[in-house]
Amino acid sequence: MPDDREPQPGVSRRRFLTRSALATGAGAIGLKTHIVYADDIATATDKGGVAADALPRIRLTVNGHQRTLAVEPRTTLVEALRDTLGMTGTKIGCNHGQCGACTVLLDGRSVNSCLVLALSADGGEVTTIEGLADPVGNLHPMQVAFSEHDAFQCGYCTPGQILSAIACIDEGHAGSAAEIREYMSGNLCRCAAYPNIVTAIEAVRDGIVEG
Amino acid sequence: MNNFSYLRPATLDDALRALGDGERRDVLAGGTTMVDLMKLGVVDPEGLVDITGIASLEDYELGDERLRFGALARMSDVGDDDTLAARCPALTESLWKAASVQLRHAARLGGNILQRTRCPYFRDPLYACNKREPGSGCAALDGGTTDLHAILGGSDSCVAMYPGDWAQALIAFDAVVEIASAAGTRRIDFADLHVLPGDTPQIETALEAGEIVTAIEVTVSAAMKGSHYLKARDRESYAFANASAAVGVALDGDTVSEVRIALGGVASVPWRARAAEDFLMDGPLDETRAREAGRIALSDANPLEGSAYKIELGASVVAGALMTALERAQQEG
Repeated sequence: MPDDREPQPGVSRRRFLTRSALATGAGAIGLKTHIVYADDIATATDKGGVAADALPRIRLTVNGHQRTLAVEPRTTLVEALRDTLGMTGTKIGCNHGQCGACTVLLDGRSVNSCLVLALSADGGEVTTIEGLADPVGNLHPMQVAFSEHDAFQCGYCTPGQILSAIACIDEGHAGSAAEIREYMSGNLCRCAAYPNIVTAIEAVRDGIVEG
Repeated sequence: MNNFSYLRPATLDDALRALGDGERRDVLAGGTTMVDLMKLGVVDPEGLVDITGIASLEDYELGDERLRFGALARMSDVGDDDTLAARCPALTESLWKAASVQLRHAARLGGNILQRTRCPYFRDPLYACNKREPGSGCAALDGGTTDLHAILGGSDSCVAMYPGDWAQALIAFDAVVEIASAAGTRRIDFADLHVLPGDTPQIETALEAGEIVTAIEVTVSAAMKGSHYLKARDRESYAFANASAAVGVALDGDTVSEVRIALGGVASVPWRARAAEDFLMDGPLDETRAREAGRIALSDANPLEGSAYKIELGASVVAGALMTALERAQQEG
């Protein structure tokens, strides 16, 4: 019954309210909520896994495209991107907000997508590495600069580095090499490509990249 | 598998009702601590009340007499505010030197002051920890690694360090915390928000169940312009403090007319160094006096083997912060 599950902003879905004592409690106190979700996960699992129709749905605008997806409530944004939407460009490194590999832009701000619950991102605009090239495949200037200046080796941290690098310039914190290094300190690179990452960002800042 | 509910109310009243309806729910703001600790198995809330939908808590105002920060203002927005940087450098610097850009983008001020300790034994359920599991013991005191632990305010039960930066600037400038509950609103001194571990390290704050921090206020004072936050850490950026100091100085001629000193990275809670302030008040300030103030600030330290280095480091950080603050105060005068 897919129509039943279409999200209605500001309205709790009856399906969830009737399945769970917790949710019934939430309804009883009359919350005006963006999302109300509660479910007995164990019950769903006993029936052979968490049923898709038991899951809350969220709406994200990912790289300009509206997506509606069902997520287990403890799912993080990076898991929703990778596992639910199949967009594996965003990487999971430490999974604890310490390495920056999972960096995406959420409503224009760089964030560790491993520490954002997907439910918390409901209604948000997400930009990932997949969304940087233009529709015919021309790379974003920052992608070109990373390539031209050899700003990576293994490449695993690179999607996060590039999203942070774009935010660095957008927010006006690329004034000097020292300022760039400070701004970029939340993105670790085990290959230690740091000097070339700084050079790439300076090149984009100065407009000397063929995008 | 456990029950889990997620609520995202749009108003404070609805959030307070959700917290007060008898279910065991925790407040979720930016999530940078909460989601991390959920993954580690350190916390396991039956539900979360995500308060980030309450737009009214996002604002902050920098008035002539009072600074008021809504609990949901972002660390990054406030840290990037040039007006605040000019008015009180220590408040800005302690935000900029905290965490990474990505974490500051997500983290909210109310959540930041409630950040949990980074003690490695608290964060790993395999180890004994009186804070995580009362009565289970303390792996740090039982021969563990102690280089990142408190040398001030600890107890026989717990020597975990309060890890935050901004809190040191807040306690230095006598901030007040506004707290809402279904019963109404109350205000407490920021210095009373965090409580010493004693025999009950699981109790970290004066917050009661069902309460939400809604704002943080700081009264403007002369020493704000002559303020500085200095943070010593293992790497130049994006690391917790080994020792830090938030200080403020105002001068009347060559005499200190207002002084504020708070210590980070060394204590169980945000820490005000009153004795060091008393030493400097109404007297001159130079490097010799700054070093003596630093020594006094750490004089009650009770270190373990791994944390003994923090006494000398902490004293030096206080002295260094005071000298920068002095320079700024002199520029004002």
